[in-house]
Amino acid sequence: MSNLDPRYAAVDRRLADARRVLAVTGGKGGIGKSMVASTLALLLARRGLRAGLLDLDLTSPTDHVILGLGDRFLTEEFGVEPPVVEGVHLMSVSFLVGDRPAPLRGDDITNAILEILAITRWQDLDALVIDMPPGLGDATLDVVRLIRKAEYLMVANGSRVVRETVRRMARFLSELEVPVVGMVENMARGDSGAVRAMADEFNLRLLGSLPWDEAVEDAVGDPDALAKTRFAAALGRVADVLFV
Amino acid sequence: MHELALAEAVITTAIDAAEKNDITRITRISVRIGQLQSIKSDIFEFALRELVPRSEVRIASAEIAVEQEPARFRCRPCGHEFALTPSTGPSGEDESEAIHFIPELAHSFLQCPACNSPDFEVLQGRGVTIEAIEGE
Repeated sequence: MSNLDPRYAAVDRRLADARRVLAVTGGKGGIGKSMVASTLALLLARRGLRAGLLDLDLTSPTDHVILGLGDRFLTEEFGVEPPVVEGVHLMSVSFLVGDRPAPLRGDDITNAILEILAITRWQDLDALVIDMPPGLGDATLDVVRLIRKAEYLMVANGSRVVRETVRRMARFLSELEVPVVGMVENMARGDSGAVRAMADEFNLRLLGSLPWDEAVEDAVGDPDALAKTRFAAALGRVADVLFV
Repeated sequence: MHELALAEAVITTAIDAAEKNDITRITRISVRIGQLQSIKSDIFEFALRELVPRSEVRIASAEIAVEQEPARFRCRPCGHEFALTPSTGPSGEDESEAIHFIPELAHSFLQCPACNSPDFEVLQGRGVTIEAIEGE
């Protein structure tokens, strides 16, 4: 046998103690996946659950900004220990590169994701929330391939442009027969009919409608303020359904 | 992982591979460590030897060989090939540590010495690979 990669053995072991892994996806950039993922992890932590958050948007990480955690170098102790902010165990490449650009091609992204999954010591988690990058690219394919127990939460919106992309993602996940826990409408401004129809088309549950909320932008970097927004209240009701 | 956890992953992978390939006794494990990840080879080799489970007969008597591989890069825009040297490598401990954790972050810190592009290919010497497992 030749050229074996030892990281695969480490990935399974690192994630063994995460009871649930929830990948927040949707396909389209700018739809609020990072805001949904970060706020969901924050709300879970505030309910007393041990929550992890993995920012897999390697070239444009923002979860640390949303949760108000600045540059923080990672500590190494038989792996890497994610820093804890407001009870959320957060892993992000931003802790290693700061605000420098991380220009990565496909193979590099796959290698980096494999490395992150192999080195991060999540330990005992009730839920690991993964903030997925946009698109059906390497990160999505790698999460599907490497994290067999991942469940997917789709973030959608009534915009025709968004629905076009979300529909492709929904079809992709459906064809792979991976578990999709449902869909949330983000930045909702009224009638949810179009998103509901799309959810029905793929036999997905529409878990909630998160309102367009001006207060969210002002709450970036301030977890207390974020948790008090109407957006967070609506997401809390989604969490009620997901974590009974 | 790094050195200790990586050594553990190598051992686990070797045992799994032996089981899948009906090898009852591993005689030799050859491991290659790439310069880019700057693994501390003395700690890594020590850990590899210490972590071999003596009760696991498949691997208990395996010889473990560790070979270092120099890093080489090829710039995609201009085609220039270059090595990892003090002048092309990371500057400072934080950059070295970042690359140690995730070698792909080299693209955030290193540039082609000919054209300054961060868009280069790692031709060799990235991280840890089990080059070969021999047994009977």
